[in-house]
Amino acid sequence: MPVDLVSLTNVVISGVLTGLVYGLMALGLSVIFGVARVVNFAHGEIMTLAMYAAVILFSVYELNPFLAVLPIAATFFALGYGLQRLIVNPFVTRPDHAQFILLLAIAIILTNAQLMLFGPDARSVRLDSLLESIELGPLLIDRGKLYAALVAVGTAAALFAFFRFTRGGTAIRACADNWLGAKVVGLNVHQLYAVAFGLGTVCVAVAGCMMILLIDLTPAIGPGYTLLAFVIVIVGGLGSMNGALLGGILIGVSEALAGLFIVPSAKSMFSFALLILVLLVRPRGLFGGDR
Amino acid sequence: MNRRASFLLALLAVTLISLPAFANNYFLSLATFFLLFAYTGQAWNIMMGFAGQLSLGHALYLGVGAYTAGALYFHYGLSPWIGVWLAIVACIALGAFMGALAFRCDISGVYFTLLTIAFAEFARIGFDHFAWVGGSAGLFLKVAQQNHIDWLNLRGPPAMYYYVVLILAALAFAASAWLLRQRPGFYWQAIRENEEAARSLGIDSFRWKIFAVITSAAMTAVAGVFLAFYYNNLFPEQIFSINRSVEMILGPVIGGLGTLFGPLVGAALMIVATEGATELVDALGWNIPGVKQLIYGVILFAVIVYLPHGVWPSIARKLKLER
Amino acid sequence: MAVDRAEVKVGAMNLLEVNNLGKSFHGLHAVNGVSFSVAADSIVGLIGPNGAGKTTLFNLIAGALAPDSGSIAFAGTRVDGLRPDQMCVRGIGRTFQIVKPFAGLSVLDNVVVGALQRAPNVITARLCAEGILAKLGLESKRHLPAAALTLPDRKRLEVARALATKPKLLLLDEVMAGLRPTECDDFAATLRDLNRRDGVTILLIEHVMRTVMALADHVIVLHHGEIIGHGTPAEIVRQPNVVASYLGASDQS
Repeated sequence: MPVDLVSLTNVVISGVLTGLVYGLMALGLSVIFGVARVVNFAHGEIMTLAMYAAVILFSVYELNPFLAVLPIAATFFALGYGLQRLIVNPFVTRPDHAQFILLLAIAIILTNAQLMLFGPDARSVRLDSLLESIELGPLLIDRGKLYAALVAVGTAAALFAFFRFTRGGTAIRACADNWLGAKVVGLNVHQLYAVAFGLGTVCVAVAGCMMILLIDLTPAIGPGYTLLAFVIVIVGGLGSMNGALLGGILIGVSEALAGLFIVPSAKSMFSFALLILVLLVRPRGLFGGDR
Repeated sequence: MNRRASFLLALLAVTLISLPAFANNYFLSLATFFLLFAYTGQAWNIMMGFAGQLSLGHALYLGVGAYTAGALYFHYGLSPWIGVWLAIVACIALGAFMGALAFRCDISGVYFTLLTIAFAEFARIGFDHFAWVGGSAGLFLKVAQQNHIDWLNLRGPPAMYYYVVLILAALAFAASAWLLRQRPGFYWQAIRENEEAARSLGIDSFRWKIFAVITSAAMTAVAGVFLAFYYNNLFPEQIFSINRSVEMILGPVIGGLGTLFGPLVGAALMIVATEGATELVDALGWNIPGVKQLIYGVILFAVIVYLPHGVWPSIARKLKLER
Repeated sequence: MAVDRAEVKVGAMNLLEVNNLGKSFHGLHAVNGVSFSVAADSIVGLIGPNGAGKTTLFNLIAGALAPDSGSIAFAGTRVDGLRPDQMCVRGIGRTFQIVKPFAGLSVLDNVVVGALQRAPNVITARLCAEGILAKLGLESKRHLPAAALTLPDRKRLEVARALATKPKLLLLDEVMAGLRPTECDDFAATLRDLNRRDGVTILLIEHVMRTVMALADHVIVLHHGEIIGHGTPAEIVRQPNVVASYLGASDQS
């Protein structure tokens, strides 16, 4: 199938933009898994919950996702904080598999609660203002994807700034690096873990608000995105926030290209093959440091 | 096992053996699923409960087993009694491959679990595009006369399937009980409890972990073959689905990891709870999708938070069934 | 930096020979040019301040770590680079500084795991295990879960388990830590019995000096990964650099 340069570039650009949104979602997992040390099997389900919230705010209050993102982010911060503080925290001292199973149970409950509340039909949010693509010379850029990607980058930047320049952020990083040391210095480790989880959840929620503009929502898509987030975090490197974003772009572009050259429904096979490869050859990921 | 426990076990055996005589088709199919869950739960338990490796991709073996025997029957009329051996070989090879890769490269914990999920997902999508076995449209085995038992091709009334899976579950139970008290059981538990200490005692943990994986894979393959001939049709989306993998772990996790009776008790609890809930919802005239799965989730949540060792150990203590 | 070989008595066959062993982590030498021998049927003590490299040395001998340089010979053959389970098969048993019991198994089953190394089946393994538990005074607790034991008993269990593999050389890592003096003396007597009556060669890391002095035929002193002294217990307490770095110093952490 002959592909000209223009179409190829369009597909790559589309992949990069979608990949940035994936990257934000994965960034949330990077914070939750890398910092708060929670294996969040419910990651995709939390995102779909945010997506349903965006759908409801749009259909009931006519609030478009770019505005709805603020109240949703705030609510989900509280949700994430509460989840860690009340439910997940006691599992820090228990064997690893107990924590997985806990989050797995939460994922199952969330998916099916969403199924029961919202039904299996697909939902989406399509804004008229986003229908027109942006033309850049011969290239065609989907307006919705561009704006979504910008929001993703903005949120990621805000998170980076928080971790880099604020005392709270530094404290959380200290916790992640050295739990005991942090305690010795007087940091309230439980509080900080909960804050980290909350921040991770914010990332997921914002990513969800953007995703609803790009894809169709059903309760069943959650697990696929949980896996995708893990693939990106592992490929990009655990503990590396840059890795999460860059990994997201990598996956976004490769899926777009795979969709172009191979059968579209087989595109996630590529992500899984990449995951298997990375796990076996370089478990700390492309940008990760020593575990 | 003390006298009380032996008596209860005998009672259970008698009930199960005589069930088709007084149960209608609905209960029989329920009991068939109970025994199938108990069987796959026991198979999964060997890898997790005994050797401590959490696999959330066991549907891989279910699917590969099912498709191997199913496709060979579909294309060549090969009897499932032969097909099952090929299915077992295929799954042993797959399990050995994945295990060797994972354990050589020191992949453990969440990374190992993700690896198992990735393999299963890869198979699911792969088989969707595998034309020789029907791809996503599915594989349909010929449905023969219901009441005439064709042992060679495993076709017959519901009672036949029931007895086949009853024997499988009984064998699995006996095999696990035996293994637990032999060298493999001791070595696997040692590896689960503390792999470093186990190695210092001369245990080649790499070999033994692989042994656990392939034993589990082989047993699960047989369940896959059974499913192929019980359902008469196979779809990659269903048989390789992560939901199936999760379903398989519910019995042992809820009943009690690493215990003998855990998978049985867990499977029973799950079926009773979900069927009961479905009946209730129907009786109220509602139509709510997802109730069954929601109940799985809630029970799993309750167990992992409040009864981390599973339901069975607490029951056994209360009923004074253990030493 | 030149170190003379810490040899033990003439005439005894050397069960363990360590030659110029080296191991570093991130550029830091944990073990540097260590050479010594352990004669069969002897008890050798390994002492030194914390961080001297004693446990690293054990890990190298037991196969848990591979050396960067040098060699280890056991019963005449080279064994450096072998896996821990292979070392055990050849006859090296070890305990861990922080005990690692199989918490979910009973005390007896813990030792059965070890005994299965040499026993052809579970029944013989169980008999062997019960014998060892009796020797170490744990037989009354054999059906308790290992997690329920006190620390001294856990240490005893650790030794019992390693003993069950019928080792020729037993590496003991701080088995006396946390024990009261009477418990120490009892345990030391048990170890002496194992050495004299059952012919188990013992190499032990110890901070409890009364035990080392009482038990060891020969003592090796390690500091910053290097041997700074060796000899009989009576000899080393008089060696000035040993006293300065370890025995005499009052504020070693």
